[in-house]
Amino acid sequence: MALSNVLHAPAAGFNFDHAARNAELEGLFDAQIPKPVKTGTTIAGVVFKDGVVLGADTRATSSEIVADKMCSKIHYIAPNIYCCGAGTAADTEKTTELLSSNLTIFSLNSGRNPRVVMAVNILQEMLYRYHGQIGASLILGGVDCAGNHLYTVGPYGSVNTMPYLAMGSGDLAALGILEDGYKPDLELDKAKELVRAAIHAGVMNDLASGNNIDICVLTREGVDHIRPYQVSQYKDKRKTKYKYGAGTTAVLTEKVVPVKLEVVEETVQRMDTA
Amino acid sequence: MVVLKGYGMLRHSRTIMRTAHGRIIQRASKYRIVHDVDLYRMFRIENATQPDVRVFRTESARDGITMNSRGLRSQLKDSVPVAGLCPQGAYGIQDCLRSGFSSVKNELLPSHPLELSEKNFQPNKDKMNFSTLRNIQGLHAPLKLQMEYRAARQIQRLPFLPSSNLALDTLRGNDESIGFEDILCDPAQSEMMGEPHLMVEYNLGLL
Repeated sequence: MALSNVLHAPAAGFNFDHAARNAELEGLFDAQIPKPVKTGTTIAGVVFKDGVVLGADTRATSSEIVADKMCSKIHYIAPNIYCCGAGTAADTEKTTELLSSNLTIFSLNSGRNPRVVMAVNILQEMLYRYHGQIGASLILGGVDCAGNHLYTVGPYGSVNTMPYLAMGSGDLAALGILEDGYKPDLELDKAKELVRAAIHAGVMNDLASGNNIDICVLTREGVDHIRPYQVSQYKDKRKTKYKYGAGTTAVLTEKVVPVKLEVVEETVQRMDTA
Repeated sequence: MVVLKGYGMLRHSRTIMRTAHGRIIQRASKYRIVHDVDLYRMFRIENATQPDVRVFRTESARDGITMNSRGLRSQLKDSVPVAGLCPQGAYGIQDCLRSGFSSVKNELLPSHPLELSEKNFQPNKDKMNFSTLRNIQGLHAPLKLQMEYRAARQIQRLPFLPSSNLALDTLRGNDESIGFEDILCDPAQSEMMGEPHLMVEYNLGLL
């Protein structure tokens, strides 16, 4: 059905038509508005001797309710770059997917693995363009031809690089552990233990972080995404499937009765096999 | 990227604009809206995907030259058109048939903080890039590039059909990157379809 008030095609990209309506509705439906799912979270990263270790918890909250107990916050960007995301869950998810697509196009065009600074620049430009409306705080870690890198990009487009970083609502707790335990050129086990302890501090001291801890180790040889690295001791014991194996219930007696069949009518129908 | 000032070229183009059209755009300081009866038409024609339509502007009392000779700076929109204070029908009154009755309360509504900056994003980016290029390589470089853009912008389907904009995308470098404008609100999948005759007439300025 063609409308006579549409005089040019709608512009692609973000559509702000409902901004005024939403502003009007602001105060009316406070209790019933669904809150966006935030990965209110603890994420941390540490540069060690052979690469980078990233860690994250797995809780996603929607104001006071835990929306997802096994949320994956360590996103794939490139074979040599991974990214932890804190903030609004959808924003981190989509932003990292867009970044990953752009870097894939680049590697297909140039035949090279992308560098971490490219990822950081693309993210910074994208997030600055939207002036913080995209609520994504990200920690990018990767190994490329220039070494091991760890960067953080804030929601307004700020970039920071340090050998150890933490973001999210539990970042203060995690930073305390990192500040205390970090040394340059750590070994792999010590680095994993440091990141685990940092995330654990966030899990214990922050309401919006919890459940399991995931770790991702990036080295020149490859990536080891350990999901989960540490399982929460308050794991839910309810089963999701109720399938019981044979032998669960004991058999008391068994009686076999063969069923006798009588032939009532027999017809033969020729099949044409020609 | 370093932002270098390219005042020379922009001032030059602004003077051209003034003498060709003989019309001065005034800014109302209180409302930050541009007052001009014909502004609606100017805003429409500033859309980058419009083809050149010199031959059809015979009904205008002014010289029938199209707006394409403007520099990039004049294409930046400094406000979102607000219907109540700057009526967009002919003769400066609200077109009740198409846009309904006007009401100041309905029109003075807050817009999104990003609305204006998103509308101006492409012209701003182009302006910055062209002025940097002009400072590095001289005047010929942006002129040649803009000539190519003008040519590519004319490769369009009729207004009610979605155009692929392939040449324009390749020139801009958008064929190698994916952004929100490729994912959200794809015009090819828009649920609203315009009446074809009206859209073509509007495009040609006959409406």
